[in-house]
Amino acid sequence: MNELPHSPAAGCAHGAGTSTAFGLAGAGTLFRKEVLRFWKVAFQTVAAPVLTSVLYLLIFGQVLEDRVEVFPGVGYTSFLIPGLVMMSVLQNAFANSSSSLIQSKITGNLVFLLVTPLSHTAWYVAYVGAAVLRGLMVGIGVLLVTAWAAPMQVQQPQWIVVFVLLGAAILASLGLIAGLWAEKFDQMAAFQNFIVMPMTMLSGVFYSVQSLPPLWLAVSHLNPFFYMIDGFRRGFFGYSDVSPWLSLAVVGGCFLFVAALALELLRRGYKLRA
Amino acid sequence: MSTAIAVRFDDVAKTYRSAEGALRALDGVSFDIREGEFFGLLGPNGAGKTTLISVLAGLTRASSGRVSVHGHDVVSDYAAARRRLGIVPQELVFDPFFSVRETLRIQSGYFGVRGNEAWIDELLHELDLGDKADANMRQLSGGMKRRVLVAQALVHRPPVIVLDEPTAGVDVELRQTLWHFIARLNRQGHTVLLTTHYLEEAEALCARIAMLKLGRLVALDRTSALLSGAAGTVLAFKTDAALPPALAAAARVTGRIVQLRVQDAQGVEQTLAALRQAQVPVEDLEIRRPDLEDVFVHTMNQGLVEAASAATSAAGASS
Repeated sequence: MNELPHSPAAGCAHGAGTSTAFGLAGAGTLFRKEVLRFWKVAFQTVAAPVLTSVLYLLIFGQVLEDRVEVFPGVGYTSFLIPGLVMMSVLQNAFANSSSSLIQSKITGNLVFLLVTPLSHTAWYVAYVGAAVLRGLMVGIGVLLVTAWAAPMQVQQPQWIVVFVLLGAAILASLGLIAGLWAEKFDQMAAFQNFIVMPMTMLSGVFYSVQSLPPLWLAVSHLNPFFYMIDGFRRGFFGYSDVSPWLSLAVVGGCFLFVAALALELLRRGYKLRA
Repeated sequence: MSTAIAVRFDDVAKTYRSAEGALRALDGVSFDIREGEFFGLLGPNGAGKTTLISVLAGLTRASSGRVSVHGHDVVSDYAAARRRLGIVPQELVFDPFFSVRETLRIQSGYFGVRGNEAWIDELLHELDLGDKADANMRQLSGGMKRRVLVAQALVHRPPVIVLDEPTAGVDVELRQTLWHFIARLNRQGHTVLLTTHYLEEAEALCARIAMLKLGRLVALDRTSALLSGAAGTVLAFKTDAALPPALAAAARVTGRIVQLRVQDAQGVEQTLAALRQAQVPVEDLEIRRPDLEDVFVHTMNQGLVEAASAATSAAGASS
């Protein structure tokens, strides 16, 4: 049998390089692993959400196209498409980080990550980065297969980029928090079905909140998801229910809050390290 | 063997608190493991072995005390400490999304080690996983999954290897492959910390042994010293009959096999006389020196020994 090509002193991974370089390489590996995880089941994680959005478009667009004009010169189907895109981005960003973490916790393979030198910041960047990427891939998929259904325009692309990235990062961070908190799949399902789903559906994806009665209009303005979708839609049509700067302030503030919370929970090892 | 310290446990305590109350899993455990040592950590279920290893690995945080690896504190300098540790967990866990090779590449990458294919190939070869490299983890048998766990722990070439009951429920072939490989790594200078319930493995492999009971250190010495320090003789035989009450209380019974500790030749005669008087038929009578299992059972039954005196004894024995 051959001698193993290393010795404890010379071959150990700590023998060369800086902590920062190791940290970046480690975070990069975790990011790639998270991307590979959803990409290996892309039919379920990317194609299926795209199909769901197409069904929404076919049903709501068909029924309401001739009855509703939300913004001047913008048909209902055109109005609906950005909402569907953003809804898909948000839901899939949340689903990616939350499902990955809860699965690893419940099956026990999170131990392979817990014994590594990766910092809490590296965990955050990798999990959120991969979740944002999945959200963007689904969103682009929805846009590509729905854009044929109605005339689309891009008036202010900077808002599209800003709100899609911030919205995805917020939901990815929320998914991370939910994944840390939940100990069972039904707790995760409750978080998704009773918090994320209602806030997404009641955020103006399918309608302009200006068409709501005053009470529900006021309630909608308390929903941060409304600002994500309204700001995102602004990028397409140049119209929005509220100022994009107000939306940016709300969405940016939400991002800072959930990012800080997720980072603090990871730093403490909340429900990770006994 | 080097006299430098690879792992240091310094007055480590851990209390789990819950609605039902507090459970003290570790109670002031202190000992060192020297570089290049093959060290055994023994104790019955619930003694605190896995908790102590979890503290070392950063999976659990100690309530008090310090743990360091090659001088790096596992809390304040966790990144440096964990780079030097390879942990083989007790549970047979795996990530069902990936193949064996992908699993090893990912684990290597977590530690910042890229371009590690040669070492991964070597590990696959040494652990007889070469033909399973591209198989999904779900397709592997339990024994194969256990081999992958070992490969994952070694993939970043840690100088300290921790094996938490690595042979629980695995076949003889894997045990032999594993121990052959780990013993070779130890000869090359790797420090090995092993927990196991297979005491014959610990006796054969470990140069020094610590025993835990109810979270406290009750023995710490060289394996040879533990064995030579065990007083008396073991009288072993097979029988189908019930033992007289006076002997039954002190006997270790495994199926038909009965083992009794006696002090000397006179004790042997007295025990055999008691068996004859009780008309207990005896087969395959054997008189032998106590093994590690006898020492273990005796230590666990003896009650707690002050950790400090055990540590002092070990230091004296090894100096």
